Amino acid sequence: MSLDDEVGVLRRIPLFSKVEPSTLKLLAFTSERVVYSKGQELFHQGDPGDAAYVIIKGSADVLVDAPDGQISVNQVERNDIVGEIAILCDVPRTATVKTLSDLEALKILKQQFLELITGFPEIGIDVMRMLGDRLSKTTAELTIARTRLHELGKPGLECGPRDIG
Amino acid sequence: MEQSLFRYIWIHTKRDQLWILFVVLLSLPPYFLFYDLPKQIVNVPIIGAGFETEGATVRFLEISFSVPAWISSSGQLDLFSGFELDRLAYLTVLCIAFLALVSINGMFKFYINTYKGRLGERTLRRLRYQLIDLVMRFPTSFVRRMKASEVATMIKDEVEPLGVFIGEAYVDPVFLSGQAIVAMIFIMVQNVWLGMIAFAIVLFQAFLIPRMRHKLLELGKARQLKARALAGRVGEILEGVSEIHVNDTSNFERADISNRLGSIYFLRFDLYQRKFFIKFLNNFLSQITPFLFYFIGGYFAIKGTLDLGQLVAVIAAYKDLPNPIRDLINWDQTRLDVQIKYTAVISQFVSDDVHPPEFQAAVTDSTVRLSGEISASNVSLIDESGAKLIESASFKIPVNQSTAVIGDVNSGAEAISEVLARLTPPTQGQIHFGDQNLYDLPESITGRRLSYVGPETYLRQASVRDNLLYGLKHVPMSGLTYTDEAEKKRNEEIFEANRAGNTTLDVNDDWIDYAATGLSGAEQVDERILEVLESVDLADHMFNLGLRGLIDPDEQPELTKQIIEARELLQKKLKNSDLADVVKPFDPDTYNDQMTIAENIIFGTAIGDAFAENELASNQYLLSVLSQGSLDAVMFEMGGKIAETIIELFSGLPPDHPFFLRLSVMTADDIPEYEATLSRVSGLDFERVAPEDQAMLLKLSFAYVEPQHRLSLLDDDLRNKLLAARKAFSSSLPDELTNAIELYDLESYNGRSSLQDNILFGRVAYGVAEGAKQVHEEILSVLMELGLRSAVLSVGLEFNVGIGGRGLMAVQRQKLSLARALLKRPDLLIINKGFAALIAGQQKQMIEKVLSSVKNTQDKTQSGVFWVLANPVHAAKFDHVLVFVDGRLIEQGDPKELNRKGSQYSKLVAYDE
Repeated sequence: MSLDDEVGVLRRIPLFSKVEPSTLKLLAFTSERVVYSKGQELFHQGDPGDAAYVIIKGSADVLVDAPDGQISVNQVERNDIVGEIAILCDVPRTATVKTLSDLEALKILKQQFLELITGFPEIGIDVMRMLGDRLSKTTAELTIARTRLHELGKPGLECGPRDIG
Repeated sequence: MEQSLFRYIWIHTKRDQLWILFVVLLSLPPYFLFYDLPKQIVNVPIIGAGFETEGATVRFLEISFSVPAWISSSGQLDLFSGFELDRLAYLTVLCIAFLALVSINGMFKFYINTYKGRLGERTLRRLRYQLIDLVMRFPTSFVRRMKASEVATMIKDEVEPLGVFIGEAYVDPVFLSGQAIVAMIFIMVQNVWLGMIAFAIVLFQAFLIPRMRHKLLELGKARQLKARALAGRVGEILEGVSEIHVNDTSNFERADISNRLGSIYFLRFDLYQRKFFIKFLNNFLSQITPFLFYFIGGYFAIKGTLDLGQLVAVIAAYKDLPNPIRDLINWDQTRLDVQIKYTAVISQFVSDDVHPPEFQAAVTDSTVRLSGEISASNVSLIDESGAKLIESASFKIPVNQSTAVIGDVNSGAEAISEVLARLTPPTQGQIHFGDQNLYDLPESITGRRLSYVGPETYLRQASVRDNLLYGLKHVPMSGLTYTDEAEKKRNEEIFEANRAGNTTLDVNDDWIDYAATGLSGAEQVDERILEVLESVDLADHMFNLGLRGLIDPDEQPELTKQIIEARELLQKKLKNSDLADVVKPFDPDTYNDQMTIAENIIFGTAIGDAFAENELASNQYLLSVLSQGSLDAVMFEMGGKIAETIIELFSGLPPDHPFFLRLSVMTADDIPEYEATLSRVSGLDFERVAPEDQAMLLKLSFAYVEPQHRLSLLDDDLRNKLLAARKAFSSSLPDELTNAIELYDLESYNGRSSLQDNILFGRVAYGVAEGAKQVHEEILSVLMELGLRSAVLSVGLEFNVGIGGRGLMAVQRQKLSLARALLKRPDLLIINKGFAALIAGQQKQMIEKVLSSVKNTQDKTQSGVFWVLANPVHAAKFDHVLVFVDGRLIEQGDPKELNRKGSQYSKLVAYDE
């Protein structure tokens, strides 16, 4: 896949749709394209976060550690971006991302990603919107979970919203 | 050492000085004959004295004596009637004699000069050797106060002028004063008064000049000290260079150096002024004497009280007087000068407490063992500042058991380990090993039976192996013998070493004491080293160093073969695994997408500068290969495209933008330059572009890697053309360049690449997640399968640790030092702190490993361990514990017993948990 193809992929990602093609080309040029085979991890929960990944091909599972093993909380595929929380908020990885098939991704380093947001406030707004969406979705799931717990007769168990990144 | 240089020279060179004096005296008769002969040649055969009559002859070499008449009636005793010679024959004979004297004098001079030079060098060698010898015999504390670079400059430079003087020290004054006295007496004989005048002036010179020189010598001494201090400061700048940078003190250092150089300059200038004034005065006085002769002598001659002939003779004789006098004065000047230099050096090498030479005698017998109990009785240690480091500590521990010493910094724990390692003698009290006083034992016992690992480790600039084996090099072990030429040379070396009082131990011999480390010979030494490295947890690191190391295929054909095997096995394994796409092997018939274009063409490892990466774009041979395949214009155009793309992408960005970090082919600073280049070459054909501009753009295309840069600039057609260029490049490589590159060849080992690269023999593809790591693991498994771990480790042992071991990290240095200590199989291993840098878990592991590795399974003996712990927690693993607080040994015994409520031990242990 050439640089121009990569620019095409990036443009189809909603987050980057408003960014000028020349900037996307720069982003693609300065990013590393990484190939993963099935079952490899892009990153592991608890690791320090240094990059976000734009998935160009394939799909991956988002897993979080639970007392009795890992639970899948989401799946990501082509055009999705993962790992941005850790670099936005300077926190360790909040989940593990493991490939479900052979996968190709564009690795965008922390510095580059932050530059992009400052250079293009639209991207910043989109990131906020995306995070907001996720938060409301998570909150809705949490409400359901709490209700279930309440029905099971275990009120008061504290649970915070959880997200991937 | 002898305080007076003269005594020093006399003691060591008495015989030589007397011999050279004898030779000098022997050389005098031919020397005087040589001056006399020209007069004879002129007077007799040329002018013709004695040849007044036609056909006259003279007798040459006639030997006859006048004797009383009762022996011979003629009053002459003829021993040899001589040869009858006519005028021309006489001339010939005299001239031949003259020629012979020229040769004899020349040879005498040659012999004397060589002899003097050799004598000087020998004595210099002796002096330097003795100084180094002293440094090694001084107490450690004394040596620690010396400045390394100053000592180096003293031993190397400051004693140098002594060499020249030593040969002349006794001969010159005897010879010169002889000449002067003869001339003086001659003058006196001619005329007492004129003689008195000459003598008075000489006396005046002898009185005045030394007084004036006094100041000169003081200046010389000051200059020597300043120069030495300068050497010390230069050493400091080098050693503390990082301090200069982190504190921005470079200008302060510059000012200091400038100041020092300035004061040396002024001293020197002052010195020159005085020196040349004295010279002037000297010459003046010498030349004023003839003035007095002419004037006073002339006066008496006119008055008729002095014979004219006498006056002429006096003046002629005086001609010979100033030279020896001047030389004598010069000699005296040098004498004082070198005496001062000598004293200034020697005074630095004076200590009340020098170990006698027997203390470090080269003892071959190494069967003595330290056994029984270590007993310290009332050991106290006071440091230079008067602080009490240890107060009257007494303990008894079996030598071969393990002891943990715990205590805070300055509690005395560290100090006691130095006392036990015999680095710092106790101020009071005694240490006994069994019934032997530790401080009475020679180093041949303590240095072999004790091992000490301090908190700081000094490694020598040598390979890891040499550093490990250093602890086993006490005396030459094999008694290396030489034959033929080598034997002759060695004997000469021994003879010279003896003459200069140097040691004759052979540094080229095998010094390693294999028996001490439990081996029977050199073959097993690597095995033993590996064992020790495993026990200090350094083997993996050495293995990795080995993988990155180079070997010479000619020296290690066996390993080379095995590595090629490993290469084949790896390729076979990779082909059948998921990693098949991850490694692109070096295949001569395929374009390798993971390499740059230039690498694809030259397809080998560059040696030296000819094919170095930065030089490629202007390498004429490579350019000619490209132009043959009509690739030069293509590559040039490609470079242009790359430059355009990069400029398009990056031109708006500030130079410190993080995106530039990802740009490999140029830097932010290059962009304006490339913009200019592009505008210069736009619209021009390749041939018409200036070579520098060609090179600028070729550089870019040469560095292009499709999977990395992804500009879609390579298609199969171009790949094939580049492959053809690769073939052309290797097939017509000119002779002078064959040594500049080692081509990749599947069948042969590439001596310029690391072991790892030789096994991989390919490139790991870009952008494969953890590709390099997976391939590395595959390489490891191949090496294990072929049983090559120790072979690779041995290559790692050749790694040069750099100056002071800076090529290794601090922890690794310490591990290496511990490995060296273990390799000795000492009776007692003393570890002072150390491994504080390791995280807690590793510390524990290290202690356990060391405690188990000192148990020597082979002969069921066990080394004792005396470990000043960085973390008291681990003390429970030891047989004994010594607890120090404020210099006092307050608790000792079994750790289990000490671990009771309220004990200091339990407090220290709890504190750290």
